[in-house]
Amino acid sequence: MSMISNQSQASKVAASEQKKGSNPMSSSTASRKPSEPLKFVDPVFTLKDVAVSYGNFVAVSDVNMQIPSHDITAFIGPSGCGKSTLLRTLNRTNDLIPGAKVHGSLFYHDADLYHPSASAVEVRRRIGMVFQKPNPFPKSIYENIAFGPKVNGRPKKSELDDIVEKSLKSAALWDEVKDRLNESALGLSGGQQQRLCIARSIAVEPEVILMDEPCSALDPIATLRIEELMAELKKQYTIVIVTHNMQQAARVSSYTAFYVTEVNLTSDRRTGKLVEFNETKKMFSTPDDERTEAYVTGKMG
Amino acid sequence: MATTSTSLQSRVSLDRRIKDFAFTTFLSISIVASLAFIFYIIYRLYNNAGFLLSWDLVTFFPSYDIDTAGFQSSIMGSIWIVGFATLFAVPIGVMTALYLEEFAGKRNRFTALLELNIQNLAGVPAVVFGLIGLAFIARGPLSWGFTVGSAAIVLAMLILPVIIIITREAIRAVPPSYKEGALALGATHWQAVSKLVIPSAVPGTATGTILAVSRAIGESAPLLLLGALSFVTFNPTGLDSGFTILPLAIFKYASDSREEFQVLASAGSLILLAILFAMNLSAILLRDYTLRKRNV
Repeated sequence: MSMISNQSQASKVAASEQKKGSNPMSSSTASRKPSEPLKFVDPVFTLKDVAVSYGNFVAVSDVNMQIPSHDITAFIGPSGCGKSTLLRTLNRTNDLIPGAKVHGSLFYHDADLYHPSASAVEVRRRIGMVFQKPNPFPKSIYENIAFGPKVNGRPKKSELDDIVEKSLKSAALWDEVKDRLNESALGLSGGQQQRLCIARSIAVEPEVILMDEPCSALDPIATLRIEELMAELKKQYTIVIVTHNMQQAARVSSYTAFYVTEVNLTSDRRTGKLVEFNETKKMFSTPDDERTEAYVTGKMG
Repeated sequence: MATTSTSLQSRVSLDRRIKDFAFTTFLSISIVASLAFIFYIIYRLYNNAGFLLSWDLVTFFPSYDIDTAGFQSSIMGSIWIVGFATLFAVPIGVMTALYLEEFAGKRNRFTALLELNIQNLAGVPAVVFGLIGLAFIARGPLSWGFTVGSAAIVLAMLILPVIIIITREAIRAVPPSYKEGALALGATHWQAVSKLVIPSAVPGTATGTILAVSRAIGESAPLLLLGALSFVTFNPTGLDSGFTILPLAIFKYASDSREEFQVLASAGSLILLAILFAMNLSAILLRDYTLRKRNV
């Protein structure tokens, strides 16, 4: 097992936490046998024994999974189960939180995401992120899209124009804003702002787009448009979405990972765990784990 | 019909209404009192010296002859000194604030100590800065003498802590989502800060700076120690030039035994107030303009 944290001391802590945490869990899951973990050809992400801690607090641990390319993978689970934390480790956004540490091994294709020589800036360029609350910059619509290409190089004006048009078209926003590209992005509606943020991340040509509850601040119609957009985008991009809305996971994703919060009885610490990762169809019809079934049918959570 | 009629009469008891009325009245009186004070000062000054207001006041140099006495050298001195003080203090202050907010990392003993001392510096009396200036800048290691340069450095020290504190507030008020969004697009920390955080912090920083500077322009104690002469018949020509400032010129005329010169001092006060109002007004206009520009 390869440890990729900077401090081996901290990873030992996490490892011992994992052992403690796994005991109460094994007794409760004895009734069903989990099937073999999903394997993919050329997965985008490969997580082995991944744990994320903030100081002494282990937010999520024992995550083993692969995330397939050009498809939509959803993370679901109750609040505090670590699904957002895990999403944020996939493009090293979690680095920005003081004290955050990642343990275990987290590979992007065949590159170690947390290798000392890996640049967080380059990682984030390739793996974009769309946040829960639409966060357009206080600039014009055009400048919002142009921001990414500009910080990553010195594109010509004509190239930029092309990128802006292409990105807005990919995000199904072009027709609505083409006549007011120089107006403030803050004047757009919430749903338009979120599509602008998606267009903005497309503009730097990432391979993966991470979405952290992208629709939770939007009305049902705006949500529907984003979901249609995601279905379109998965042809070109790999999408990982965290959602609180189980119907959304069922509608848009091909694969679903279900996390829970486990309380360690001896230390009273709460740690997120991956319960089950399966095809979405199976997750919502005949899941392997009874906790998944309880959650998706509304008996729990 | 009478039994189910809807009464819209207030059920709020009399003493609650009295309290509500009393509190609102009290607030109104406070506002009136503070405004009345400033209007009274302006009224008295204008009544006293209003007839003197003309361009001669700002074009004439100090003189012992009341007919040719004015404030040009002191107005120019104040502008030079405050201008250079701003030039020295703003870059250092803004960069210090940026470091503390964006690059100092987690709060530790070192940054806590820095913060405490900046707060302390903001509370140090101006005359102490004047003494420091006298000992270390006018004399001592720098030996710059009683010049515009020395005075500007001392005023810069005076407004620096205020600028740091104001800029930090402005930086902290920038939504973290801007930075997060920029970083998620592959921007470096510096790109995110320089392209989003700093521009968004400009309105707050600019208005705060103007307010700090408008306080500095009325400051006289530290510059008295730095050899601001009250009777200067030339404008500053550079950093090595001698100088006087408006508050000291006013003081000089006010302490003259002849009554005409005391009236001239009142006229000088009106000029000082006019400069202050102009600066505060420009702070408000600048804030409104930058806020409007931000929302395109």
